[in-house]
Amino acid sequence: MSGTFVGMPAFPEAARAALADSQLRSNLAHATATIRAKRAAVVAEIEDWEELRVAGAAVKDNTLAHLDEHLVQLEAALTARGARVHWARDATEACAIVAQVARDHRVEEVVKVKSMATQEIGLNEALAAEGVAAWETDLAELIVQLGDDLPSHILVPAIHRNRAEIREIFVRRMKDVGRPAPDGLVDDPARLAEAARLHLREKFLRARMAVSGANFAVAETGTLVVVESEGNGRMCLTLPEVLVSVVGIEKVVPTWADLDVFLQLLPRSSTGERMNPYTSTWSGVTPGDGPQEVHVVLLDNGRTRALADEVGRQALRCIRCSACLNVCPVYERTGGHAYGSVYPGPIGAILNPLLRGPGVDAQVDSLPYASTLCGACFEACPVRIDIPTVLVELRAQVVDAHRPENRAGAPKPEAVAMKAAAWWLRSGDRLRRLERLSSAFGRVADRFGRRRLPGGRRALGRLPGAGAWTGARDLPAPPTESFRAWWRRTDGGRS
Amino acid sequence: MSARDDILQAVRRALAGTDATSVPVPTGHRDRPATADVVELFVERVADYRAVVERCSVDEVPDAIWSALPAGARVVLPPESPWAVAGGTVDTGLSATELDGFDAVVTGATVGIAETGTIVLTHGPGEGRRALTLVPDLHVCVIRAGDVVADVPAAIRLLDPLLAQTWISGPSATSDIELDRVEGVHGPRSLHVIVVG
Repeated sequence: MSGTFVGMPAFPEAARAALADSQLRSNLAHATATIRAKRAAVVAEIEDWEELRVAGAAVKDNTLAHLDEHLVQLEAALTARGARVHWARDATEACAIVAQVARDHRVEEVVKVKSMATQEIGLNEALAAEGVAAWETDLAELIVQLGDDLPSHILVPAIHRNRAEIREIFVRRMKDVGRPAPDGLVDDPARLAEAARLHLREKFLRARMAVSGANFAVAETGTLVVVESEGNGRMCLTLPEVLVSVVGIEKVVPTWADLDVFLQLLPRSSTGERMNPYTSTWSGVTPGDGPQEVHVVLLDNGRTRALADEVGRQALRCIRCSACLNVCPVYERTGGHAYGSVYPGPIGAILNPLLRGPGVDAQVDSLPYASTLCGACFEACPVRIDIPTVLVELRAQVVDAHRPENRAGAPKPEAVAMKAAAWWLRSGDRLRRLERLSSAFGRVADRFGRRRLPGGRRALGRLPGAGAWTGARDLPAPPTESFRAWWRRTDGGRS
Repeated sequence: MSARDDILQAVRRALAGTDATSVPVPTGHRDRPATADVVELFVERVADYRAVVERCSVDEVPDAIWSALPAGARVVLPPESPWAVAGGTVDTGLSATELDGFDAVVTGATVGIAETGTIVLTHGPGEGRRALTLVPDLHVCVIRAGDVVADVPAAIRLLDPLLAQTWISGPSATSDIELDRVEGVHGPRSLHVIVVG
């Protein structure tokens, strides 16, 4: 139904293609500029915003430090309120659990609330393989699904599409999967939203099973929270008989009171509103109201791997607001597809390698480099994830994973050079010999170097065998006399 | 080993040797300086979402409800509506399709949040089950001025987490097309809030 990220090229290659797409760049520049202005305005209204960020980070850190206890408590609270709790080590297990519930109820379709966890595990594709159609009901997800496309933003997966493109997708595809787009549909956003309302209403009214994620799961009371805008979430959480919620284990917060921090941080950081239109909370089964069979799937899928990373575990604080995407100069230009994951942007550049580990996949290994380390993401993050620091740590891990001793095949020139440098620098005697060689080379370079750097020093241009490095950088000619030689000759500058 | 035990063990392994001392959580947001007029702020903030909002006295409520409803509207009511609405149908477990046949719903609310312009339903007999305020296209919500609190922390303190809740801030909306806000998707496209007292 929708495409797949499997087999995507590494970031530099994918980014090059994205940068050449001027329509994409103009759509993204417009959308991210709009959301940045909205966010800045509502964040400025909260005088103690910085303190709220500290509180959000602290609550999450304290929870992660005792995650096992909170998960056991969450399970007990959910079970006590009539929910069935399942645990899934990975995507395959989680998809199998949801598919089994669908089989038990003999449903051929499910309606879905927008959920990053279910995208991460590829639930729609897994259900399709079982003959169950999963209908995305969030407007942007619907645009992506109908357009046979891939999500490119955490909050607004169709951010790369403008209104004209969306109209075209609706007109072409709605009729194949249900109620057709209204005749004479124009590309006014209000009319497009109405077309989605009409198209999905019949699916909401007949659906017997829904699948959701959760923004928060309160351990103490077994309360799940879904934050949304359109009402599609409420439709899915309320009308069907059976509800399955797939929840990453890092979504847990200890108490109901902790939500007062996050329900302020999330909407302002995410859509730039004081509050999102709808927030639903429920604790297991509510007799006589909504689904009477409620399942919760607690998902690991790499989260315990990320938790074991001392520097990287702060990424598990993430509340999926996407503020870091909207302020990132790299994301704004390449868009989300170049990151090759449902988690794009700065958070994706750390979350994907943390969930999957370095040295496994060249595409994932390329992500920590998809950043200028400018730090705008850290400043925007409502739970203060220090993304630049984690990026640097992950770069080191990627390099370590590719060291020759950890890797078959010929060593890279960089590794050879570093090894040679280590040998030369290990003794003063060797260093002296190296300096003599270097000075000799410096004298030659000074005579033949055609460029001159500011200050008068000569420099060399492109060098054979190191074209990739020297093609864009001048190599300064080494000094004709080393510092140590100068010190000896002049008695430390005194003579 | 079960997936549950595996995951819990992986969590414990990941945390082994880390400092489990709690970091202090600032709580200044729980006692901010008082807002001068919370009801006035509430009215202003609800209106910002392009919802209709008005204030009236207890005696004027029936009239206010009546004028909020379009002529000939089919109206559905929660089981114990505090206000009589002539011609309204009381929800006795209507199916989703039956609910879809109504134009409007009139309910009470549990808490209002001034800072964010939010009404919170906890779905008791005066507010009805969750689907009731979702499927009809117009939601008329009557809230007592005394139930309006200043901000989110104050509301969280008052609310019972074991009750299903719906927090409503304006009519249903989306920002999914070019990140511009458009009102009116799947939930009620019109929200009319009447603040009493």
